[in-house]
Amino acid sequence: MKEPAPTVFQRLERERGLHLLKEMLRIRRFEEKCAELYSAMKIRGFLHLYIGEEAVAVGVMQSIKSDDAVVATYREHGHALARGISARQIMAEMFGKVEGCSRGRGGSMHLFDAARRFYGGNAIVGGGLPIAVGLALADKMQQRPRITCCFFGEGAVAEGEFHESMNLAALWKLPVLFVCENNLYAMGTALARSESVTDISRKASAYAVRSEAVDGMDVLAVDAAAAQAAASVRTSGEPYLLECRTYRFRAHSMFDPELYRTKAEVEEWKKRDPIPMLISQMAAKRERDSAKHLGDDALVSEEDLARIEKEVAAEVDDAATFADAGSLESVDELTRFVYSERRRPV
Amino acid sequence: MSRITYREAVREGIREALRKDSRVFLMGEDVGAYGGCYAVSKGLLQEFGPDRIRDTPLSESAFVGVGIGAALGGMRPIVEVMTVNFSLLALDQILNSAATYLHMSGGQFNVPLVIRMATGAGRQLAAQHAHSLEGMYAHIPGIKVLTPATLEDARGMLATALEDPDPVLIFEHCNLYNMEGELADGAGAVNIDRSRVVRSGRDATIITYSASVVKALEAANNLSSEGIECEVIDLRTLRPLDTETFVDSVRRTHRALVVDEGWRSGSISAEIIARIMENAFYDLDSPVERICSAEVPMPYAKHLEDAALPRVETIVHMIRTMTGKAA
Repeated sequence: MKEPAPTVFQRLERERGLHLLKEMLRIRRFEEKCAELYSAMKIRGFLHLYIGEEAVAVGVMQSIKSDDAVVATYREHGHALARGISARQIMAEMFGKVEGCSRGRGGSMHLFDAARRFYGGNAIVGGGLPIAVGLALADKMQQRPRITCCFFGEGAVAEGEFHESMNLAALWKLPVLFVCENNLYAMGTALARSESVTDISRKASAYAVRSEAVDGMDVLAVDAAAAQAAASVRTSGEPYLLECRTYRFRAHSMFDPELYRTKAEVEEWKKRDPIPMLISQMAAKRERDSAKHLGDDALVSEEDLARIEKEVAAEVDDAATFADAGSLESVDELTRFVYSERRRPV
Repeated sequence: MSRITYREAVREGIREALRKDSRVFLMGEDVGAYGGCYAVSKGLLQEFGPDRIRDTPLSESAFVGVGIGAALGGMRPIVEVMTVNFSLLALDQILNSAATYLHMSGGQFNVPLVIRMATGAGRQLAAQHAHSLEGMYAHIPGIKVLTPATLEDARGMLATALEDPDPVLIFEHCNLYNMEGELADGAGAVNIDRSRVVRSGRDATIITYSASVVKALEAANNLSSEGIECEVIDLRTLRPLDTETFVDSVRRTHRALVVDEGWRSGSISAEIIARIMENAFYDLDSPVERICSAEVPMPYAKHLEDAALPRVETIVHMIRTMTGKAA
């Protein structure tokens, strides 16, 4: 008996699944290339890789609109890619080239893009939170119906600025989606060694802020939770704290010998790698649908995966080639961008 | 012309900015219901409402950061920090964000933020409310540091700062708030690129700023009766520093005294003196001198606080020594 053709709904689900998969793979392969280029000494300074945490940036960003603002941390390559900054511009930035998204002035930790309302790249832990609250205040005061999405790690929760910002956003009813990427380690300090209450989502209740904790390794779960959280911020105009429980597979930075956690722990978490997890979730969906004779189109085939990997590899290779061929800003321009160049009208 | 205090001049500057530009709002601790710790914003809440005169929690780091974010989002915030010592709680946002965003973003994100704060000693407020840290802020590229010493600047520098695309810090000396004088009714934005020769003289140049300008002028008037004519320069802006005006003056008078309420070591006075050495060394007839605050946390007791600060008598004495006319 011939399988029935997939329904429109199934096709949409399949397309969405493939999109999420590709977005995560873009980040994964980009980061792997960064590690390689760091070893080749093309990238210098601090380099913080997002490998293992891809489901968070990808899942959340699906609910962020183009005129919303995004404020991120120093581990922000994934957010920048998911936000739509080109791999070329990001890689060129890490090469210190003028074609970079911050003209080579920022580097890995300070990716910026005005066109995409991407406000860093903030490398003082917790420092981005008040700025996000301020962006939301500006929107509210100018009656613009948009939100600000602020990513930060669980380490930031120990900073006063987390509490000050939650309080202000709640007190002034400001549309901020706070996204805590809880990867369990602030550099090498385990959450349980730095927080008296390790359930971060609970801290929101001290400020009467709505919150939820979600499995940050499961992109479908993050996607769903973020959709709900962002909708809440948009309709209420009030803040929301979404805690994504995730894990960083790589070292904190390229200088980190990882003395603070066991290889066994890392291996255990790798079993929950967000990329194979999504593939198996889609396969499971297929089996359920097949059993119900709903068609078998809602899955990732070997061909799909090969095609996506090929596209992603081409994008990443192109970014590296572009960055390598980029130009260095003239040293004569060293002191630019300390003050604005347009004249003051006095 | 109207008779007005420095406090009222600042308030008029804020009021005018609020009236003129809907993007302007004032935010800080007790700026609204209380009327401002130094009563600068008294009455503004009633006039402009709580949306534009925003009382904040005691969260200096957050509300300065919120100011940065709001500025990035198209507003023109005036953030009031109650006193300079409290601004240290927000130093991270000032130095690591406000001063760096334009540069880190390769020129994409300028931060048109104005931060006002009370500075200085003389009111027996002791060691956590009375320091002069504006020189320390002047160390930071990416921000501008203004120190109004006159009614005209108290009112006009705010307007100029609000027109600036980059972060501007304005330090209002707490001892100047009650200073009274005449101010033109139409007074508005002032040039902040140049310092000002507030008194001409041929024998020595006194380079100073903020409330010390008042002391320097009094000392210069006393010295004039002895036949010593001092030129007095009000720096007005500590960053960017107008080197040309004081170097030109020193080339004419051949003597320089810097009066700075900040601590001596590593101070703006040291920077000014270095620039004199770099630019006018061969024009000098006597060693360059300076009068700064004593290197102690500010004491409470009146006689000790007085002794810690630059005074008219010490300025007079130093100029007499430098000009070889000490008794």
